[in-house]
Amino acid sequence: MTEEPMVRADRVSKSFGSNMVLRSISLEVQRGEVLCMVGPSGSGKSTFLRCINHLEKIDAGRLFVEGELVGYRQKGEKLLELKPKEASLQRRDIGMVFQRFNLFPHMTALENISQAPMRVKGLPKAKAVARAMELMERVGLGDKADHYPAHLSGGQQQRVAIARALAMDPKLMLFDEPTSALDPELVGEVLDVMKGLARSGMTMIVVTHEMGFAREVADSLVFMDGGVIVESGDPREMLANPKEARTQSFLSKVL
Amino acid sequence: MSIPKSAGPNNTAQGEAIKAIPLRHPWRNVIAVVLVLLLALFVVDAAQRPDYGWPEVGKYIFDKRISQAAWVTLSLTVYSMIGAITLGLLIAIMRLSPNPVLNGVAWLYLWIFRGTPVYVQLVFWGIVALIYPVFTIGIPFMDPWITFDNTIFTNLFVTAIIGLALNEAAYMSEIVRAGLLSVDEGQEEAATALAMSWTQTMRFVVVPQAMKIIIPPTGNEVISMLKTTSLVAAIPLSIDLYGVSRGISAVTFTPVPLLIVASLWYLLFTSVLMVGQYFIEKRFSRGSGRRAESSTPDPTPPEIPSPGALPGTVPAPLGNEPGGKG
Ligand SMILES: Nc1ncnc2c1ncn2[C@@H]1O[C@H](COP(=O)(O)OP(=O)(O)OP(=O)(O)O)[C@@H](O)[C@H]1O
Ligand SMILES: [Mg+2]
Repeated sequence: MTEEPMVRADRVSKSFGSNMVLRSISLEVQRGEVLCMVGPSGSGKSTFLRCINHLEKIDAGRLFVEGELVGYRQKGEKLLELKPKEASLQRRDIGMVFQRFNLFPHMTALENISQAPMRVKGLPKAKAVARAMELMERVGLGDKADHYPAHLSGGQQQRVAIARALAMDPKLMLFDEPTSALDPELVGEVLDVMKGLARSGMTMIVVTHEMGFAREVADSLVFMDGGVIVESGDPREMLANPKEARTQSFLSKVL
Repeated sequence: MSIPKSAGPNNTAQGEAIKAIPLRHPWRNVIAVVLVLLLALFVVDAAQRPDYGWPEVGKYIFDKRISQAAWVTLSLTVYSMIGAITLGLLIAIMRLSPNPVLNGVAWLYLWIFRGTPVYVQLVFWGIVALIYPVFTIGIPFMDPWITFDNTIFTNLFVTAIIGLALNEAAYMSEIVRAGLLSVDEGQEEAATALAMSWTQTMRFVVVPQAMKIIIPPTGNEVISMLKTTSLVAAIPLSIDLYGVSRGISAVTFTPVPLLIVASLWYLLFTSVLMVGQYFIEKRFSRGSGRRAESSTPDPTPPEIPSPGALPGTVPAPLGNEPGGKG
């Protein structure tokens, strides 16, 4: 292959104190690909996502986004830690959506979305607001622009959160259980937005327990347990005939 | 299974209206009446006693010396609170920083300034000019490069502000720290993930949300400071409201009327501050709940999600409040 993958993890490890949360994780995500990650609670899925945009530092291995080392610069044999400014420059191209939305409660939906483009990219306010409005329409909330998060349902909040991440024009979107905090009847509207995003060619890594979404949208599926990748492959095949015993027992519980 | 017709959501036939006799509270009324009577008795009695010197109260309440002193008290309050909030913010951030040196320095500051009475501190700042008559810059135990007189601590007004601000900063830092800690970690994380810098995250995301927690106790601190300024007598500075009214009464031998005059001015200021606090609190509670909204047009009731689905909006638990003043 000639082109660098969007994400390349090479034997990535990470510990919190003596608790080894990621053990030698290796995987690749190509441009335009949707990767779904599943696994039991505490298996390290969130930690892996957080490493990709350097919210956590890795202890061993190498992690690349678009061929660029995450959080460090290689100088000969040595690795130099990036300055906060340089790390933030890398994060610009990576959007993240959280399980608990994490919208800014003191700002309206529109202000939530236009904030980062204005502050980080220095976009003029009028432009940032116009773009935010466009994104609100895109996630189907054109009429809710002036609402504060407290006045929106969980599903609407999560769609605003997706729009907020998209406002930075990311090349990669990370989703950490985006529908887990939602009432069942609100899950669909968020998944629909994500499906649209996938169809538009966005590269996505999605931690989810929505196996239907994985089956329909994902290009590949990874099953993690105890900080290692137990099994990975084509989602339809893996969901139909999981090879590993641990995958089988996990899937039998969630399907 | 049958559903009663009246249970439909759009039925117009109302059930029978409730016309109950409200619960009566006879004792409440009795106690209120007794209290009002006692108060009236006290007022009538006080109006007739010569010791209160009501004519003197009338004479001095708008006395030039008193109103000027009131202005001094107000200035002391404002300047020392500005100093205290600035320094308190700095100490709060130092206390939260992962750097153990900054953390230790902040802890030491708190230990000293919260652990000794403000009156004692003010006495100390009052005699600093005697302990350090000159400031020198240079290598210790060698001939100094530059020497200048300690003019800061010979100005008693400035000394008072410094003394009050240094003490108050210790309390303010705890208030600010509780406010910053009350903001959900996810907020900082989301801002960082959006590539905002630490400073931007603090300024645009964390501090505005912390304000809601910081402002009410800060209002209390301002009101408390207004009254603490009367302790500048310890420096000794006597141009403030209490100092001047005491000064006048020492000459006229009418202590009670002048105490009343000073109290009325203090009451006026605290009342104004309380009104100001109300409006500032309202301003900073934006987006903090369904009730707080009046500026946003919201014609359709929001779809109500389950309580668990709104984690970002649950009021964060208040951090530990600092105890009473030292
Ligand atoms: N900041 C932290 N400090 C210490 N330990 C942590 C930290 N973050 C995560 N962990 C630990 O790392 C392990 C993996 O956590 P992680 O959140 O990555 O799991 P997960 O697969 O996302 O689980 P879940 O499905 O519950 O979200 C857990 O044992 C957790 O306790
Ligand atoms: Mg997780």
